[in-house]
Amino acid sequence: MEALGDLLVKSAIILNYPARDAEDIVVTLGKRLFDAGYTKESFIQAALEREKTMPTGLPLSCGFNAAIPHTDVEHVFKPGVAFATLTNPVNFQNMVNPEDSVPVSLVFVLALDQPKAQIGMLQEIAGILQSPKVIEDLLIASECGDVIRIIKNKTS
Amino acid sequence: MVKRKTILVACGTAIATSTVVAKAIEEALEERDLYVNIRQCKASEVPSLVDNADLIVTTTPVSVDKDIPVIQTLAFLTGIGKEDVINQIVNYIKED
Repeated sequence: MEALGDLLVKSAIILNYPARDAEDIVVTLGKRLFDAGYTKESFIQAALEREKTMPTGLPLSCGFNAAIPHTDVEHVFKPGVAFATLTNPVNFQNMVNPEDSVPVSLVFVLALDQPKAQIGMLQEIAGILQSPKVIEDLLIASECGDVIRIIKNKTS
Repeated sequence: MVKRKTILVACGTAIATSTVVAKAIEEALEERDLYVNIRQCKASEVPSLVDNADLIVTTTPVSVDKDIPVIQTLAFLTGIGKEDVINQIVNYIKED
């Protein structure tokens, strides 16, 4: 069982990051996943390319929005999740409606190594996105340990 | 015996969002004693698979040149409007 709390890569959690734009945060988190041995270097470019044609911005009900950049399994060595909260929202394009921009404050970069394998973790992320309280807790978290605790408590 | 309908669930890569959507649809329909075939695919694969589908649910825009219902929604990821979308799907599944 691969829970989100176990798949989060500690060295790839960045809180209150002053991102310039969407590319900046995808590159920054992608680099952390690469440095930690989770992905090939090509993952970053592939995720950026995918974002251009099939974006991953998700407008949420709580007023803060999220993005879940990811790409094909061939760029991944082993499954892991990078996470960031942003000091100021940056625009991603809307997944369901790519011509619309979504100001995003939380970013989960997903390194997935096989279709359907990480269903539990993906459902957990969907659960988080649907919980205004968890989103709020994540946005005020100041340490990586807080993020992991919030996510583990939420999903236990 | 009524033939099971087939729902094509599409997203960009067929590994992340369509997995969540497929599972959520399956669970919602099973709760209502409705059983369907669910097939996951990339948005780019929709044109080649659409002939065997009765309904498409997708998180990303798809191009379809067949007369088939297409529900484009993030409801299973964000929760916004989820009940409405489930009701729409149920209605399509129950149609002859």
